[in-house]
Amino acid sequence: MTLRVLKPGLACTFQDLGRSGYQHLGVPVNGAMDADAHRLANALVGNTPDRATLEITLQGPELVFQVGAVIAIAGADLGATLDGEPLRPLRAARVRPGAVLAFGKRINGARAYLAVRGGYVLNDTLGSASTYSRGAYGGFAGRPIRRDDVIGIASGFANPPRVMLPRDTAPHAADDAPIRVVAGREWALFDTASQAHFLSTPYRIENESERMGYRLSGEKIMLQAPADMLSEAVGFGTIQVPPSGQPIILMADRQTTGGYPKIAHVISVDLPRLAQKLPGEDIHFALVDLDQAQALSLAHSARFAQLEDAHGPH
Amino acid sequence: MKTPMGQPLAIESLVNVPSPDAWRIVPSGDTCLIIQVAETFSLDANRRAAAIARQIEARRAQGVLVGITDVVPGMISVGVHYWPDAVPSTSGELPYRSLTRQLDEVLRTSSSDTAIGAAREIDIPVCYGGEFGPDLDEVAQACGLTPNEVIAGHTASPVDVLMLGFAPGHAYIGEFASSLTIPRRSTPRTRVAKGSIGLANRQSVIYPTDLPGGWNLIGRTPLSVFDLADTSPCLLQAGDRVRFVEITPDEFQALTGQPT
Repeated sequence: MTLRVLKPGLACTFQDLGRSGYQHLGVPVNGAMDADAHRLANALVGNTPDRATLEITLQGPELVFQVGAVIAIAGADLGATLDGEPLRPLRAARVRPGAVLAFGKRINGARAYLAVRGGYVLNDTLGSASTYSRGAYGGFAGRPIRRDDVIGIASGFANPPRVMLPRDTAPHAADDAPIRVVAGREWALFDTASQAHFLSTPYRIENESERMGYRLSGEKIMLQAPADMLSEAVGFGTIQVPPSGQPIILMADRQTTGGYPKIAHVISVDLPRLAQKLPGEDIHFALVDLDQAQALSLAHSARFAQLEDAHGPH
Repeated sequence: MKTPMGQPLAIESLVNVPSPDAWRIVPSGDTCLIIQVAETFSLDANRRAAAIARQIEARRAQGVLVGITDVVPGMISVGVHYWPDAVPSTSGELPYRSLTRQLDEVLRTSSSDTAIGAAREIDIPVCYGGEFGPDLDEVAQACGLTPNEVIAGHTASPVDVLMLGFAPGHAYIGEFASSLTIPRRSTPRTRVAKGSIGLANRQSVIYPTDLPGGWNLIGRTPLSVFDLADTSPCLLQAGDRVRFVEITPDEFQALTGQPT
C-alpha cells in the first residue's frame, strides 16, 4: 500500500488545512497554499477536506504506485500523465498497480494538489500533517519528498465517487481579475499617493516568493511619518510594508506575528487565486469592505460544504 | 510613539469599563481581529493583553466563543483568528460583528483579574559567558558594566514572557533594567545554537532551536523550551514570569540531556 518517488519534482510537500491552535506559541499554520484546490482534489476522490494532499509546485514529481489507487489532481495544470496518457484534471482516475504518474509541461497555474482516496499515511505533528520545511517537521520527514521515498497509502480499491463540480468551483488560474483586499490596520497611516498607487498600479511578484510570502515590487508605498510598530498577530494574506516601501504578502508558511505596518489584507476567497500566481506575474489590487469580504467567504464556504457533503465518504 | 491606529480608543469601550481595562476590537483581514489594549507599550498593557488571552481561552474551554481557532498575544494586543463560517450568528449578522459582540460581552463580564489561569513562575538555568555567551564581554563594555554586573542585572528579579513569535517556541522576555539597553547586533548570525539567551533593548529571547538571529548572546540554558513531541510543546507562554538562574559550566553539562 505505498507509492515510491522516482523523481522528486520541485518542492513537493504534503499539506492539509493547516496547524491551527498553536499560533500563540509561535507555531506557523502552514497548510495548502491553495486550500480550494486541496479541498477539490480530496472531494473528487471522496476524502474529507482534512486529509493531506501532495502540494506540487511548478515542476511535478514522477511517482510509481505499488498498489491500485484512486487519485485526483486539482489546481494548476502541470501536464500530468498516467503511464504516458494525459490525465484529465479535476476528475478522479483509477490507477493500476505499477502505474507511473508523471508531469510534463506546465499549462497554467503554479500549484497542483494530488489526492489519493483514503489519504496518505503520515504522522500528525501538533494535530496536522502539513509540512513545515523551515522547522523540519510535519508531512513526510519534515521536508519535500525525495527520490526513493516510499509513502504509505491508506486504502486503494474503492470506486471513485461520481463528482459533478459546480461550474464556479473550477480553478481560476488564468484569471486576471484584481486581487481583492480589505484595508489593513495601518491603511490610514500611509500617504494618499501611496494608497492610490497601491490600488491603481501593478505590483510584480518577485523571484524570492514562496510559501512564506510573496515579495512584490512596484510603486513605493510610504508612511506619512515613521511609525513605531509593536508586534502583533498577522494572518494569511496580510500585506506588510517594510521601510523599503515594497510590500510583502504573507502566505501559508508565514510567521505568527509581525511588526511592519499593514496596508491591506487579501480577502480569504481570493487567496487560492493568488497562490496560483507565479514570480514575474503582475497583480492588481482592488479594495472591498469587510462586509463584502465576509459575505463572499460565507457563500464560498457554503458551496464547498455542499460539494463535500455530496461527495464525501459514503 | 506614533499611534499605530491613527485614531483614539473607541468611546464605547471607555464608557462601559474603567479606563485601565479598556480595549478596542478592530478587524485584521476577514478571518482575524485584534483586541488592542493600549496605544503604547507598557508592562501593564502587556500583562492586560496576556490576561485577556487567558480569559478568552478560559471561556473557550467552557464551549463558548465558537469559531475561534487561535488566540495570539502580541506586545499590547491579542489577535483572534477565526473561521467566519463557524461563528454562530443570527439574522445575517456578519461573523466579525457577531464575534466582536461576544468578545466584548466576555471581557465586560469576566473579571479583569490577571490571576485567571494564573501566571506561572518558571526558573531558567543559564550558564553565562564563555562559549555559551560569546557576546557577554562586548555587552558589558557597551553597557558600561562588568560581565558580572550584566549577569546580576539579568538574574536580579523575575521578568515577564511578553509574547512568542518569529519561530516556534521563540519567547520575548522582559523588561530588564535600563542599564541593559543595547541594540541588536548590526550583522545577524546565520546560526545561533538552541538554548542560547539573547539580549537586546532590555529584552531577552531564548532560541528554541538552532536559528538565524541578531541578538547579543550572553549565555545558554540546558533546558529544552520547545518539544514537538509534547502536546503542550512549549515551556513558556505569554504572561508567564521567568527567573534566570546562573549555573556553572559543570552544572550545564550535568543538566544537558536530562529530562526537564
